This record gives sequence, structure tokens and C-alpha cells, in this order.
Amino acid sequence: MPSGEATHQQARRLTIGGMPSAPTALFFVALITVTLVVAGSWYTIATMGRALRSSQLADWLVTATSVLLAFASILVMLPMTRAFKQWMNVRRAVARNDAIAARVARSGACDQCWIAIGYTLAQFIIVVACQFLLANNQAVAKTFFFVPLMVGTFPLVLDAFWLNVEIFLIAEIFVLIWGLVVALAMFAPGAAGKPLRIIATAYVDVFRAIPAVLVIYLVGFGIPLTGVPIIRNLSLPAFVVIALTFTVGAYVAEIYRAGIQSIHWSQAAAARSLGLTHMQSLRFVILPQAVRHIIPPLLNAFIALQKDTALVTVVGVIDAFNQSMVIAANHYNLSAVTTVAVLFIVISIPQTRLVERMMQRDRARMRAGSI
Amino acid sequence: MPFIEIRDISKSYGALSVINCLSMSVEEHQVVCLIGPSGSGKSTLLRCMNGLESIDHGEILVDGDRITGPGVDLNSLRRDIGIVFQSYNLFPHMTVLDNVTLAPIRVLRQSKRTAEERGIELLKRFGLADKAKEYPDRMSGGQQQRVAIVRALAMDPMVLLLDEITSALDPELVSEVLDIVRELANEGMTMLLATHEMGFAREVSSKVCFLWGGSVYEEGPPEQIFGDPQRDRTRVFLSRIREAKRI
Repeated sequence: MPSGEATHQQARRLTIGGMPSAPTALFFVALITVTLVVAGSWYTIATMGRALRSSQLADWLVTATSVLLAFASILVMLPMTRAFKQWMNVRRAVARNDAIAARVARSGACDQCWIAIGYTLAQFIIVVACQFLLANNQAVAKTFFFVPLMVGTFPLVLDAFWLNVEIFLIAEIFVLIWGLVVALAMFAPGAAGKPLRIIATAYVDVFRAIPAVLVIYLVGFGIPLTGVPIIRNLSLPAFVVIALTFTVGAYVAEIYRAGIQSIHWSQAAAARSLGLTHMQSLRFVILPQAVRHIIPPLLNAFIALQKDTALVTVVGVIDAFNQSMVIAANHYNLSAVTTVAVLFIVISIPQTRLVERMMQRDRARMRAGSI
Repeated sequence: MPFIEIRDISKSYGALSVINCLSMSVEEHQVVCLIGPSGSGKSTLLRCMNGLESIDHGEILVDGDRITGPGVDLNSLRRDIGIVFQSYNLFPHMTVLDNVTLAPIRVLRQSKRTAEERGIELLKRFGLADKAKEYPDRMSGGQQQRVAIVRALAMDPMVLLLDEITSALDPELVSEVLDIVRELANEGMTMLLATHEMGFAREVSSKVCFLWGGSVYEEGPPEQIFGDPQRDRTRVFLSRIREAKRI
């Protein structure tokens, strides 16, 4: 029936049409959340103030900090005031029957409510963390972050940390070279290269399977026992460097291998078709491109290596971790260990950022419309 | 004796036979076009001639010398036989000039200066002088393919193999690449090209080989192959191409 179809067509309206209502429920949920968290924040700030006053900090400093924090904690009210204004706008627009204005205002009000809720949740997490530190008469804070002890033992820990830095820097250089050697062996061409390929693959399989701490232990205590000339006279940190090079070298060889394989075979074909040898095409065509792919995973391996330097503790080298454990035992407090954690964080984050920046610049240079 | 002689070569990947008792010959300064459906062995034939693939049976002779089988120095063979690929395969981490001079410097042991002078000269000749410091990914497909041709020419090859070099290009970029090939043909460069550009094949080639099932099914001068093909498969293939308005 054609006429019936026509009526059906006309009867359909756009679903989004109609007058919206003010988001009252959402507004109140946001308001309650914000109020509760602000109250919790103030309570926490007050507790913190009391705790700080009881340590030897100046009174005015504590008051100033508390007031500042109290003000900062009510910043989440800002989106709520905006949400309230928009909420009023919705009601006004509805009153004068302006659907479009009401819709705009409603979406603004909802946005501001959600922003308030989002920031409040973040603030809530911070408050919970602070409460944990303050718990049990600030036992947590004192155990992990006892500032006087941290400051007092910092020179000692930092001094020991240089040994970690020395170990990982030297190991990183060795790992870069050793990993590449193993990776190239994994790609040794032809029938003549087969034994080399097998050995390289076996090495990678074996050393990726053994925990780093075991290798350090075996090399650090085992080699001196064997009494093999020359290497028995190496220092303990040198054994650690060797152990880490063998362990991390296996991972890095895999990273190199994946990087080389990620370069499309047509690149090798083009290089070989111009008369370049296997090694020349690796060196001038494949590796320079592979390096760009392997830098992020290589950085991961390096950060892991840097952290693994803390394992030298098992053979008795006095590195930052070992030093801090001695301090922790002496003072019955773990704050010096926290210092070590902070030191590792401080060296790790800039590397990540630096590499990111480098990669971006490289992409921008090679491609129009860089990603 | 022909300049290039291919005698009864066969090549298979496992059970898949790609080239099957293929024989053909190319005279010096000739341009030979390989046409035929995909899978007929055009690309594989070119790759075998450059030593990128080994052949199972038969032999290929260039200027009387066997270039296949054991004992052949593939690296030196590739100095004399250049190949250009469908997907350009430029080195994306190098500038255009570095792409062009890499092999002359590393393989021919030319000085950097000599190689760059020659490279610039070639780029100028093909209208790419202003792109010398550019990176390949910032150029159009046509420009990239012209650079790839220049890169092969920088080695002063005796033979140039062109493997469907316009297939990856937008239609409006095809002519700028074919112009170069035409120019090289006029200069007397010996070339083998696998192509789907039938009009171009007809215009530029001295001989056309229709490949089917891994061997030369029909060959002859372009007027004959395109105007009056003698055998069934060739006729069917060309009529399909005509239906697709590619001639």
C-alpha cells in the first residue's frame, strides 16, 4: 500500500530530536564526590601538618604549606562551578523552549561534571597514598622516607651507586658489540655458515633461559675457584660485567636479529643486485635501517641491564643496593634503599625521553608528513 | 653468436615449476620485451639473469661467458647486469645521491668525488638534479623509479633488466619513467623488460617474447606479435588485454 508507506516515512523522526533535560543526577553525583574528596584532602592535610610540626620543621613553613595544599585541593571545585552555570543554562533554555541552546548547555554541563569526577578520582588516589604514609603514626613514612637518614647517608649511597653506573656503562658497550657479533653469526650465509648459525642460536637459547642472578653467581664465585690463569685475577666487578654481557648479550642478539629480519628482503635484493657483498649489504643497507627499529627494544634491554646491576649484591660487591642494605640493617630503617630506588628512576627516565626525541627527529627527516 | 643466450633453463620452487625449459636469445643493443600473464615466469627469468635466483637446469651465456652454475662470481656479474624492480627498492635511510653512489664507491672503488660527479651528471640528465639531497620517501613514485634507474645506470651496466617498473605507479606517472627507458633504448642499451605496458612494448622493443607456463610460447617482432599473433594462447592473452583497454 503506497500511501501507508508514505505515512510510515513521515512518521519517522530523528531520534536525537526533542528537548533535553538538565543533567541533575550527574551533577549531584559529581558534587557529592568532589565534596567528599575535598573533605578527605583537608583531613589528610591537617594530619600531615601535625606530623610535620612534631618533626623539627619550622612552624610557619608547615602552616604555609598546609594552606597552599588546602587551596590546591579545592581546585576541583572549579569545573563544578562551570557545570552549575551550564546546568542553569539548560533550565533557562528549556523554559524558553530553545532545544538547540539546551542541548549545547547540557553537553557542556556533562563535560564539566565528568572533568570534575576525573580530577577528583586522581586526587582521591593521592589522598589514599598520603593516608598510607601517615598510617600507624606515620610508621610507613618513617620506614621508607625518613628524610634525615636519607640526607645523611646520601653521599655514601651515591658513592656506591657510581659502581653500578660503571658496571652498566661498560657492560652496555660490551653487550652492543657482543650482541651484534652473535646476531651476525646467526645470519652467517651458506653451508659454511651453518655451524656458526647453530652455535649462535644455541647460545641465545641457553643464556636467555638462565636467570641473570645465577649467571652472576656462577661467574663471580666460580671463575676464581677454577684458577684459570689471567681471568682468575680479574676484579669482582669485572666478573659481573662478563656475566651481564653474556646474559644481556643473548637478549640483544635476539633484538638485532629481529631488527635485521624486519627489513624487507627486497632491500637486500636491491643491495646485492648492485654488486654489494653479503657483509656490505648488511653494513650499508640492512643494519642502518635495522638500528632505527631496534633502538626502542634495545633501550628496554639496557634499562633492564641497569637495574640488574643491583644483583651484584649476591657476590658481595658493595654497590648502591648492598651499601643501602648495610645502612638499613644499622638503622633498622629502609629509607636508604628508597634513595637507591630514586637514583635508578633518575637515570632511567631521561634516557627514555632522549631516545623518544631522537626517534621523532629521525622520522621527521626521512618522511614527509612524519607520524 | 647472440649477446645473451638462454639455453633450456628450468627453475622450480619445490613442486611449483616456474620456468620450464626456457630458451631465448638477445642481441647487443636489442630491447626485448617479456609479456605474458602473471605467474608465467617473467620476473623469475630476470631475477635468474641477475643471480638473485639460482637455476636448476640449463645455462645462461652473456657475451660467450656462462653466468650461471657453480664458480660464477655473482658480485662481479651484478656489476655488469643491472636490474630495476617493480617496487623501486631504494634505500630509505639514504639521500638520492647516496643511493646512486653507494655501489660505485663500495663495489667499483671509485672515489667519493668521482662517484658523486657522475651521479649528479646522471641525475641532471633525467631531470632529478634538484632531488640529489632528498630522501626517497619524500618523492613521488615516478621520481623514485627514475632514481632507481639512475642507481642501476651508475654502475655502467652492459645489460639492464627492468622488472615491471611501471606497475606500481599511478597512471599519470608512468610516462616520465617510460621516457627514460625510451631514451636508453635509443642510445643502444641492451635491455630486457617485463612489462604490462603493451603500447610501450610495441613501440620500443626490437623483439617481443610471450611467456606462458614458464617458457617462451611465441616470439617475434612487435608488429607480428601484436598485429598478427600466430598461436592461440597469445591471441587469447592479447584479446583480454584489449578488452581491458590496456593497449
